[in-house]
Amino acid sequence: MENKFTRNIYMVPYALWIALFVIAPILLVLYYSFFDIEGNLSLINYQKFFTPVYLKMTLSSFWYAFLITLISLIVAYPTAYLLTKTKHKQLWLLLIIVPSWINLLLKAYAFLGIFGTYGITNSFLEVIGIGSQQILFTDFSFIFVSVYIFIPFMILPIFNSLNELNPTLIDAANDLGASKWTTFRRVIFPLTIDGVKSGCQVVFIPALSLFMLTRLIAGNRVITLGTAIEQHFLVTQDWGMGSTIAVFLIIIMFLFMSFTGTRKRGI
Amino acid sequence: MFDFESFTLDWYKELFQDTRLLIIVLNTLVIALLSSLISTIIGVLGAIAIYQVKKRQTKNTLLSLNNVLIVSPDVIIGASFLILFTMAGLKLGFYSVLLSHVAFCIPIVVLMVLPKLMEMSPTLIDAARDLGANRLNVLTKVILPFITPGIFAGFFMALTYSLDDFAVTFFVTGNGFTTLSVEIYSLARRGISLNINALSTLLFLFTIILVVIYYFITQRNNKAQIGGIRK
Repeated sequence: MENKFTRNIYMVPYALWIALFVIAPILLVLYYSFFDIEGNLSLINYQKFFTPVYLKMTLSSFWYAFLITLISLIVAYPTAYLLTKTKHKQLWLLLIIVPSWINLLLKAYAFLGIFGTYGITNSFLEVIGIGSQQILFTDFSFIFVSVYIFIPFMILPIFNSLNELNPTLIDAANDLGASKWTTFRRVIFPLTIDGVKSGCQVVFIPALSLFMLTRLIAGNRVITLGTAIEQHFLVTQDWGMGSTIAVFLIIIMFLFMSFTGTRKRGI
Repeated sequence: MFDFESFTLDWYKELFQDTRLLIIVLNTLVIALLSSLISTIIGVLGAIAIYQVKKRQTKNTLLSLNNVLIVSPDVIIGASFLILFTMAGLKLGFYSVLLSHVAFCIPIVVLMVLPKLMEMSPTLIDAARDLGANRLNVLTKVILPFITPGIFAGFFMALTYSLDDFAVTFFVTGNGFTTLSVEIYSLARRGISLNINALSTLLFLFTIILVVIYYFITQRNNKAQIGGIRK
């Protein structure tokens, strides 16, 4: 009896937090998605979402997120693999993770300088004779900077799963006559697929909802779902439409997460 | 920036003379410290509450609810909090930013503290009860000392999350109040200016210091664990 009472005391502030800041916001987003810009109850937002304008935006957002995830995976997997082979792997890992502790804005800001018209990249291009190019505000710069930002988050889970891989399995595969490629395809990759999955999860969803980079680096040329939500909430003040896009983003998030398997089952 | 002549500290001087910017830095620090403090308190209570739940299903539900704010994108958190605060009639500014920072730091603290609680042998509590400790004693003399490393780790994680946050703050900040990252964003949109570079350097150093402190705390935890096993 007394035990139950103590539990309730501990539970009160936490339960209050769950109710106010976890459940209520999601319900409110859902609620607002049924209002048009004048505040009338309607389904117009959902109709609007299925018009070509919004569908095209969603598709392009998906495409960019897919590209970002794919490129980070291609870069991160070999890197993580090499990391497990190095001598001081924890130190190397730390060095790779340090950039992820630095404020996202500062990294984006640094690239403004690096890619700018008079920046280092352009001076280099001039020196080698290509001549200066418009790099900032292109698709290339957007994808490059996003990949740069997300790579640590991709490397970490892959590194962990590669690190847990039992090396005797590779020896066994070699002994049984598997080539390097077969070993990778049949042994290493299937055993580290969980790391790859959780890496993709941590990259894909945030890539879908990036909004600050699209402004600073892509110069409003790329519109992701995140940018669209921000635009609707803070610029056009059409909260209904913004909420509708948010609802779809939440749905996509859940679909993607159940598709790539559950991340950390509890603790 | 592109006509390099010599090294100078002028930009740092300019930075420290800009009182508006200094006020913003102070705001950011106050928000970060307060929010990590409050979220640590609520998070620790929450972790203890989850720990004491016996039913497996309730526990899992609580854990998934806990993880919602960690996995959902910043934009959605920001937008939904904006709706929440507007509905509640809270004026956007210091308190809305503080509340939202507390809100998204709590799950992180819970995730840091819970493993420590799970490590704790339940017989410790039983022993304390048998020896006549009341509930408060059990909490302050047994549970809290045991999970202190987890609490510190959670506090520092919350601190860095709060300092780092841009997206959520950007939504709920309103007109009168800005934090550093929002300010840097609006400055960066206007292009490059060298006092942001100076500011970035300082922020970078500050982050590194936090990381080093965090690293040493976790390091000490590991050592303590190994020591514990040896005994």
